[in-house]
Amino acid sequence: MIRDGEEEAIRKRQRERARVMAWLLGAFVILLFFITLAKTGMHW
Amino acid sequence: MPAMDMTNPAALPADWRDFLALTKPRVMSLVVFSALCGMLAAPELPPLALGFTAILCIALGAGACGALNQWYEADIDAKMRRTAKRPLPDGRMDRQAALHFGVGVGAFSVLLMGVATNWLAAALLAASILFYVLIYTVWLKPRTPQNIVIGGAAGAFPPLIGWVAATGDFAALPVLLFAIIFLWTPPHFWALSLFVRSDYAAAGIPMLPVVAGPQATRRQIFIYSLPMAVAAVAPWPLGLTGPIYGICAAILSFVFLVLAGRVLTNRATEPAGMGAEKQLFAYSVFYLFALFTVLVADRFLA
Repeated sequence: MIRDGEEEAIRKRQRERARVMAWLLGAFVILLFFITLAKTGMHW
Repeated sequence: MPAMDMTNPAALPADWRDFLALTKPRVMSLVVFSALCGMLAAPELPPLALGFTAILCIALGAGACGALNQWYEADIDAKMRRTAKRPLPDGRMDRQAALHFGVGVGAFSVLLMGVATNWLAAALLAASILFYVLIYTVWLKPRTPQNIVIGGAAGAFPPLIGWVAATGDFAALPVLLFAIIFLWTPPHFWALSLFVRSDYAAAGIPMLPVVAGPQATRRQIFIYSLPMAVAAVAPWPLGLTGPIYGICAAILSFVFLVLAGRVLTNRATEPAGMGAEKQLFAYSVFYLFALFTVLVADRFLA
C-alpha cells in the first residue's frame, strides 16, 4: 500500500504536470489565434 | 487505490523536467539556430506568427527525435558514463511514456507545420524525423562505423525545412546549407568519439575509432573537412551570397582545416593526450554557429 508521504509525492508530481500541461494548452490556443490571423491575411 | 511499489522509481509519474531532458535541449538549440538561419536567408520572409510556428515545429520534431532515440537506446545509454543519468537509464521514467511522448510530439509537429506553413515543409520534417529514428538510430548506428556519415543527413534537414517553410520551394542555397551540415557532421562527431572511445566500445556501438582505430579516424576527419570547407565557401563564387559571407566562410574554414590538420598529426591514444581533438570538437560547434550567423548577416547587410 502507498504510505502517506508517498501518496503526497505522487499527488505533488501530478499537480506539477497538470499545471505545465495547462500552460502548454493555453500557449497553443494563443498560437492558433495568431496563425489564424496570419493565414487570413492580417500579417502578424 | 491499488498498491504501488515505490521502490521502483518509474512508479512515480515522471517529472515534466524529465520529458524536457528527453528532447535533448542542447542539440535542439543548434537545430533551431540552423533552421532559423535557413529561414532568414530565404528571399521572402513569412509572417512572424507563421515563421515562429515553423521554427517551433522544427524544434518539436528535433525533440521527438531525441525522445525516440533515448527510448530505443535506453539499454545502451545505461552502459555509457555520458548518458547513464538520462531519465530512462536512471529509472526516472518508464519506456512506454517516452515512446508515447516521442510519437505524439513528432506527429503534432508535422501536422502543425502542414497547417501553419505548407505541406512540402511538413513532408520534409516528417522525412527528417523518420530518417533519424529509423535509418540512423535503428538501422545504421548499431551496425556500421559509417553510421554518422549517412545519419548526418538527418541533422542537415533543418535549414532546408526553414527555407521551404518560408518560400514553399527548393533552391540551390538551402541545398548547399544541407551539404555543409552533412559534411560537417563526420568531423564533428568523430572528434568527440575519439576522446569518448571507451564509452562507445563499452556500449558495443561500432563508431569509427572503436572499429578502425584513432589514426584511421583522424585521416577520415581531415578527408571530410576538405569537401566541407569547399561547400562552406561555394555559395559566394556561385553568386548565392555576398563577400561578407564568402570571406568569413573562407577564414572560418581555414581555421577548421588547421585544427583538423593538428588532429591528423596527433598520435595520442588516451583521452588525456587528445587536446587537439577536444579543440576541434569545440571549434566545430562554434564554426557552424558562426557560418550561419554570417550567412544571415550577409543577407541583410549586403
